[in-house]
Amino acid sequence: MTEPPVQPRRRLTIVDYICFGLVGVIIAYAVYRVSDVLVYNWNWSRVFNFVIYYDEETARYVPNLLLEGIATTLRLAFWATIVAATIGLVMGYMRTSKNLAMRMISRCYVELVRNIPPVVFIFIFYFFLSGQLMPLIGIDDIDKHGDFVNSSVFYTLFGDPRLFSNFVAGALCLALFEGAYITEIVRAGIQSITKGQWEAARAVGLSPLNVLRDIIFPQAIRKILPPLAGQFITLIKDSAIVSLISIQELTFLATEVASTTTKVFETWIIVGAMYFVLCYSFATLFGHLEKRSMRARR
Amino acid sequence: MTHTPATASKTDPNILISFDGVSKWFDNFQALRDINLLVKQGERVVVCGPSGSGKSTMIRCVNQLETHQRGVIHVCGREVYGNMKELEKVRREVGMVFQSFNLFPHMSILENVTLAPVRNIKLSRGEANEIALHYLERVQIADQADKFPSQLSGGQQQRVAIARALAMKPRVMLFDEPTSALDPEMINEVLDVMTELADEGMTMMVVTHEMGFAREVADRVVFMDEGRVEENCSKDEFFTGGRGERAQIFLSKILQH
Repeated sequence: MTEPPVQPRRRLTIVDYICFGLVGVIIAYAVYRVSDVLVYNWNWSRVFNFVIYYDEETARYVPNLLLEGIATTLRLAFWATIVAATIGLVMGYMRTSKNLAMRMISRCYVELVRNIPPVVFIFIFYFFLSGQLMPLIGIDDIDKHGDFVNSSVFYTLFGDPRLFSNFVAGALCLALFEGAYITEIVRAGIQSITKGQWEAARAVGLSPLNVLRDIIFPQAIRKILPPLAGQFITLIKDSAIVSLISIQELTFLATEVASTTTKVFETWIIVGAMYFVLCYSFATLFGHLEKRSMRARR
Repeated sequence: MTHTPATASKTDPNILISFDGVSKWFDNFQALRDINLLVKQGERVVVCGPSGSGKSTMIRCVNQLETHQRGVIHVCGREVYGNMKELEKVRREVGMVFQSFNLFPHMSILENVTLAPVRNIKLSRGEANEIALHYLERVQIADQADKFPSQLSGGQQQRVAIARALAMKPRVMLFDEPTSALDPEMINEVLDVMTELADEGMTMMVVTHEMGFAREVADRVVFMDEGRVEENCSKDEFFTGGRGERAQIFLSKILQH
């Protein structure tokens, strides 16, 4: 048996080092401008205290505003993803429907959301719709002293009960917004299933609902899982926008921290790093899962 | 009123499929022109003709994968048109095998075969598995039951597709060019299964170019051209010269080598 020829390991060449050097120079210059020309008094620890601080009384580290903010961001992303996925599944199917009315409704939804700036969309939704919608579904009437509402389970899932209606409005805004993008992903997924699969499923006499449930959706979902995961990460980043309607997530609290400490640069750099760590961890995790599921299917 | 095929099929339980003046258009292109055809219980009908002649379209009208626009089609005593519930019932009595197999790639071979019985007639897993294994046995592929379609050869996949159709215990089997997508060495294993099925008395409608199969198995040969049924005669008549000019030309082309 002959051995396969050994591929030379790809190494960095001189050109690559020159590129790195150039990037280094640019960064060094930026640092020089900030430190020398800007004359700014850096104080990281004041802002760090808003991430986590040492409580002398209990002698423990306690999470502060910014960590609570990122928890709210995660909660928002979690619920918004669930609602958006539901919207996306239904609307995405409607986009491929034979029924013209169904196609028109879903198309209008998608085009409306995609062609309005997110900020504008969220203002419209929040000020005009949620004012009507929230009382209608009785969100404001929840018993703020009930056992479940005050339990730690509730807090973990929805955060502070006093901000519940506010939280729901924010999550709904995000969900409606991201739902349009998921709709398009689902549509592409459904359309990627060959005609033969529909025909074979119908030919054995499955009902329309079973055709979707057993044949089309399982295959479509496998195909759209990677873009869906990407959309989840996008949603985490987009959630910053609901700070504008006073949802107390990371970005909202960051503006508060920045104004109380007056340490604007530190605050936003730290918050940026927090978003980065969060999103990059998810991206790595999803990438890892995807590779594993690919391997599982040979 | 004259005795049309449609009225005949309602009264005569021996007629499983009847086409009565059926026409179909794809936009402005007329794919089927006034088709009249009867398939009786136990009959093996081979449909042949040049490509684009409408044979696939016709066979796909039987279980309404294509809808016709004029005329009446009865299958197993029911008119097929529009009504989804009726159509599902018809489809459960009509098995279909496709050119490109169309197995469900996300399900194991066993699941492919059990899906319809479990969903349609609410069989338990155990009962369905038993039936499925029985039919997989018959197409000699039971040992692959736990594999996935992508792990099988084309011939094996097509045999699974036949088992999948049989699992609903259909009264009629439709074959839409079942061997056209197969490598030559796999054609026979599929034709053998089909021949066996025919020997057991299954009513079959087969679109195929395999004239050897038609000679051996068919009771009747339907020859189509340009959306019309040009010939509809017994196998002997068709192969021994009692055929029209167009069929003559077609046969001479495909039997050349």
